[in-house]
Amino acid sequence: MEQVLKTAFPFIVISVGILLAFQGVLMIVAYTVLAERKVLGWIQGRIGPNRVGPWGVLQPFADLLKFIFKEDLVPDKSTKFVYFLAPMVALTCALLPIVVYPFGPRIADPLSWLVPYVSGIAYLGDAVVWIAEQAKNMPLTIARIDVGVLFVLGITSVGVYGIALAGWSSNSKYSLMGGLRSSAQMISYELAMGASVIGAVMLAGTLDLNGIIQAQTQSPFKWFIIPQFIGFIVFLIAAFAETNRVPFDLPEAETELVAGFHTEYSALKFALFFMAEYVNMFTVSVMCTVLFLGGWYVPGLSYLFEVGSIPYALVSHVAFIGKICAFLFLYIWIRGTLPRFRFDQLMNFGWKFLLPVAIANVILTIVVVFLLNR
Amino acid sequence: MVGTALFFLFAGLAIACAISMVYHRNPIYSAISLVGVFVALSCIYVTLAAPFIAAVQILIYAGAIMVLVVFVIMLLNLDEDRPHSRLHYLYALGGGLGVLLLAQTFFIFYSVMRAPNLPADQTVSPGETMSIGRAMYTEYLLPVEIVGIMLLMAVIGGVILVRKLNAPQLELVVEKELELRNEEEAKDGLGIAL
Amino acid sequence: MEPSLASYLALSGILFTIGCVGVMFKRNAIGMFMCIELMLNAVNLTFVAFSRYYGDTTGQLFVFMVMAVAACEAAVGLGIIIAFFRNSMSVDVDDASLMRN
Repeated sequence: MEQVLKTAFPFIVISVGILLAFQGVLMIVAYTVLAERKVLGWIQGRIGPNRVGPWGVLQPFADLLKFIFKEDLVPDKSTKFVYFLAPMVALTCALLPIVVYPFGPRIADPLSWLVPYVSGIAYLGDAVVWIAEQAKNMPLTIARIDVGVLFVLGITSVGVYGIALAGWSSNSKYSLMGGLRSSAQMISYELAMGASVIGAVMLAGTLDLNGIIQAQTQSPFKWFIIPQFIGFIVFLIAAFAETNRVPFDLPEAETELVAGFHTEYSALKFALFFMAEYVNMFTVSVMCTVLFLGGWYVPGLSYLFEVGSIPYALVSHVAFIGKICAFLFLYIWIRGTLPRFRFDQLMNFGWKFLLPVAIANVILTIVVVFLLNR
Repeated sequence: MVGTALFFLFAGLAIACAISMVYHRNPIYSAISLVGVFVALSCIYVTLAAPFIAAVQILIYAGAIMVLVVFVIMLLNLDEDRPHSRLHYLYALGGGLGVLLLAQTFFIFYSVMRAPNLPADQTVSPGETMSIGRAMYTEYLLPVEIVGIMLLMAVIGGVILVRKLNAPQLELVVEKELELRNEEEAKDGLGIAL
Repeated sequence: MEPSLASYLALSGILFTIGCVGVMFKRNAIGMFMCIELMLNAVNLTFVAFSRYYGDTTGQLFVFMVMAVAACEAAVGLGIIIAFFRNSMSVDVDDASLMRN
């Protein structure tokens, strides 16, 4: 029995970690939706939702209930299997990168403060001592893989299938146009995004997300936003295009395409697309934070708390979430400010301006790194 | 034990998706099945301690090449294949080739099974990004450069292939040819009808 | 316990066979293209398996090269398919017989 539990222990820990991370991210996403409606309201001189709960804080749950109880329409001539598959693909690919996010620094000894409280109890005491021993040097990442950046880029690029297949399978001309537009847009801007990441990866010398943060932890002047400012701007613009947000929300331009690729989707299937879009926003915000803003690193925090202690990790974690929320606010702000591009402008901008700038940035970085290391 | 279970799970998934790809006549279904094969193979690469190759497999095959294929299928609005083939001998040839290749596969399987099992050195990790990068830019620099030039050639070739034809004469020739063929076919059809 | 090298080779062989038979059976140019991709992937699997069992990086490097070749093939192949579709409004390889008579 004991042996079985000890074998199963890592799996239990990973399952609990996945559960916690997914819950946390989904809550942040739900409240991003609310924040978007509120902030847009303020920008446009309105109040925003304020009926459900105080200041409308329960609005996301009301929205969810509405999505669940709405009638689920399926178009008669749609290709059923693909029609059902598409929203699942979209949300799965949006949620998968969560497993490699570096949520915080390592905690040297997270559980040993529990040991004195339970030392007298028969089985529990031994179990807690053993678990505390196992939990030493605990990382706040679910899966530490060598190629985190590639993993995130790869999985998010698979997310295009959700949109393209939704557009194709709905058997509606608006959906098809939206799907075509979005796949063309995402293929085009993926190149610029990948090229802009290379600079930061080259400076850090690793593809591991935690390693990239470690390379920026000496001072805020080591954040890659300073040496890689061009890369940062290109990444930000490409990220807006990748997540189909204003000013690049051509796939769902309501004046031309009704609702783009999800015209024919209703109820929970629409909710899956909606959530996927916001989770994707969260993902690119995480990538932006990790690659250019030092991830969970807070300048000067190591003077206040010992590195590896629990408060250090907690403050770092909160700072990480705070930086992400700043990016999410930027998204909302820009949505309330900028108009939409025309499709040919979008393509010209992506191919003729953004991609050359990103590649020039890579070459510049190569030259500078070579000269500095000589 | 876990490794074997994972291998059989993903191998089964890959084979099922591959068969489904060949079986379906609708190109979109084929493309989705092929993406399934790629994802299953990527998982197998992870169990083979090659995370870099697994990530690149997802990034290039599933994320770039197949998206392009799906995009082209949607753009051309392709329907299902026509059910009848004019080239029946290809089926016989394909079946024969398939049987031959399967026999060869089983022969390889048995001969490798009977050979002394190679010791998999667990301490060496050839799948790390660092070792791949080092090999790429020291020992195999020339092939990598050649691949780079090849990619450039492919980019230029792709642009030239899909651009609109500038020479109107060429289009005229093709149209005339098509007209001639249509007339001939119409005549043939008439002959059969008569 | 890990699966032996032979089982990876067997999987690769089966996938290659399916791809090869697919090329013969399909007449849709895009379908044939996808079958060729499947065959390339089967070869990649043997590369990675051998790389794992010999502890050598070279195999994985050549997987990378094969992927680059596949990307080139996608760019040029799909370009040819689109050009062909413009001329004959079909992607059936049986219709590519303009040079026959």
